[in-house]
Amino acid sequence: MDPIVQVEGLRKVYGSTVAVDEVSFEVHDGEIFGMVGPNGAGKTTTIECLEGLRKPDAGYVRVLGVDPQRDGQILRLRTGMQLQQSNLQDRMRVWEALDLYASFYPKTADWRELMAQLGLEEKRDTAFSKLSGGQKQRLFIALALLPDPQLVFLDELTTGLDPQARHAIWDLVRDVKARGKTVLLTTHFMEEAERLCDRVAILDHGRIVALDTPEALIRNLGVEERIVFNLNGKLPEGFENALSGKIRIETQGDRVIIHANNGRKVPLVSEVVNLLTREEIPFRDLRTEQPTLEDVFLSLTGREMKE
Amino acid sequence: MKSLLKMTWMEAKLFLREPVSSFFTLVFPLMMLFIFGSIYGNNPPPGSNSQGAIEALIPAFTAMIIGMIGLMPVTITLAAYRENGILRRLRTTPVNPLVVMAAQVIVVFAMTSVGMLLLITAGKVVYHVRFAGNAFSLLGGFTLASLSFFGIGFILAGIMPTARTAQVVAMVLLYPMLILSGAAWPRELMPATVQNISTFLPLTYVVNLLSGLWIGEGWGEHLLDIAVLAGMLLLGIVVSVKTFRWE
Ligand SMILES: Nc1ncnc2c1ncn2[C@@H]1O[C@H](COP(=O)(O)OP(=O)(O)OP(=O)(O)O)[C@@H](O)[C@H]1O
Ligand SMILES: [Mg+2]
Repeated sequence: MDPIVQVEGLRKVYGSTVAVDEVSFEVHDGEIFGMVGPNGAGKTTTIECLEGLRKPDAGYVRVLGVDPQRDGQILRLRTGMQLQQSNLQDRMRVWEALDLYASFYPKTADWRELMAQLGLEEKRDTAFSKLSGGQKQRLFIALALLPDPQLVFLDELTTGLDPQARHAIWDLVRDVKARGKTVLLTTHFMEEAERLCDRVAILDHGRIVALDTPEALIRNLGVEERIVFNLNGKLPEGFENALSGKIRIETQGDRVIIHANNGRKVPLVSEVVNLLTREEIPFRDLRTEQPTLEDVFLSLTGREMKE
Repeated sequence: MKSLLKMTWMEAKLFLREPVSSFFTLVFPLMMLFIFGSIYGNNPPPGSNSQGAIEALIPAFTAMIIGMIGLMPVTITLAAYRENGILRRLRTTPVNPLVVMAAQVIVVFAMTSVGMLLLITAGKVVYHVRFAGNAFSLLGGFTLASLSFFGIGFILAGIMPTARTAQVVAMVLLYPMLILSGAAWPRELMPATVQNISTFLPLTYVVNLLSGLWIGEGWGEHLLDIAVLAGMLLLGIVVSVKTFRWE
């Protein structure tokens, strides 16, 4: 089966800025594919080259088997797009926008149902300019899902949404996938990428620096796991050497943080708890911190803000 | 087709929700009519032979509406839609850009027509004006004049870099034109030099054409007006199609 999206050697330059360089990936039928990366990494540029909104300077792009520059109309009929930045007429009401956009497609999902799923029913008669940022965002997601498309592009899926809305939208996206559709999204929330996406590409400076399932990304990077607990006194001398493998201990006042590479034979947590109990060291609030996609992201792209 | 209907209906609602444009198209010309009417009534002004004052004002004020609509709402709407990313959002859908343009033209044409109808109705009911012309040739002239003026709006929206500059340029063109072309008050009252300047203003030809058709002159007597307006229309279509940009 042909991939839904196929990109090879994509390059886009603005003046002296290379926004996207040598980007290659595929999105398979029925998966949720995510792109993450710092501001200016080139996510929007990439996605908009696939949507046919920007013209690549070099590279091979096929979406649903067609060239977005040549057969844009086919894409516009069969995909839904949420742009990072767009607007509707200030005085257009929520239901009017959905009703109008529904008239552009030969067949659509029921916009009333979408309006309810996105929690916009109360705002049905509210003018676009009177919506809050998150409500506008939800309306744009509704517009993207309106044509019941085979492929949905969602640029900055849940930016500006409250936690409830975010979870509701995750469910909605999973639902889209369950109906056999494909989703390509970008996000700044690593938790979102980790929980929602089948595969994630990490972009930095216009290049893909890693691409895999979230689990594999976390596993392969050998990012450390951490044990965190509070003490009343101090750790006895030699505590560090009593633990196996390569570890590092950090103390912040009463708090002790033990760092270790993950993928150890004996789980770090049982070793630490055993040792503390054996030595009769009273401890409180012990928890483990598993590495997350956020750790992978930070270790790959650096902690400093770019530009 | 379905999308053109929906889009047109939507744009009509948006036009009416915009207080400034609906005021200047529908209310302001009527206000002017009543103000002039209360000053002069519809008696022939001293020195002129037949035409009542209000009678002469109706075609002139219709020209005023055409000038205002063509330059203000058309220019501003399209330029702002582009600047605010509204066109960009539309571009992600299968809708044809011609549908977007056509909906605009239909709505502003309908609003201009309503503006003219209000003037005529008020003139008939309140001042008992006579209409000596042929309704069909007047309608034809009105349509030509309106479309050629919308063309100016589309050209400005197309070639100006930002919505703000488009608006400023539209205003700079509009005000002298309203005053000097005879749309706001009779050109005969102005000095000869000003009357000469007015031959360079497109709105003058609208005033001439509509005033002539109103008192029963035929298209044949206004070939120059028709030629100028038809030329503008053609230019408007060519330039607006060529300069159409989604963003
Ligand atoms: N229209 C444009 N003209 C000039 N430069 C641009 C344009 N669009 C993007 N760029 C530049 O290209 C680079 C990539 O931008 P892009 O919008 O793709 O980043 P992004 O990953 O989507 O960032 P963000 O997370 O902030 O949305 C940036 O350095 C940006 O300044
Ligand atoms: Mg972006």
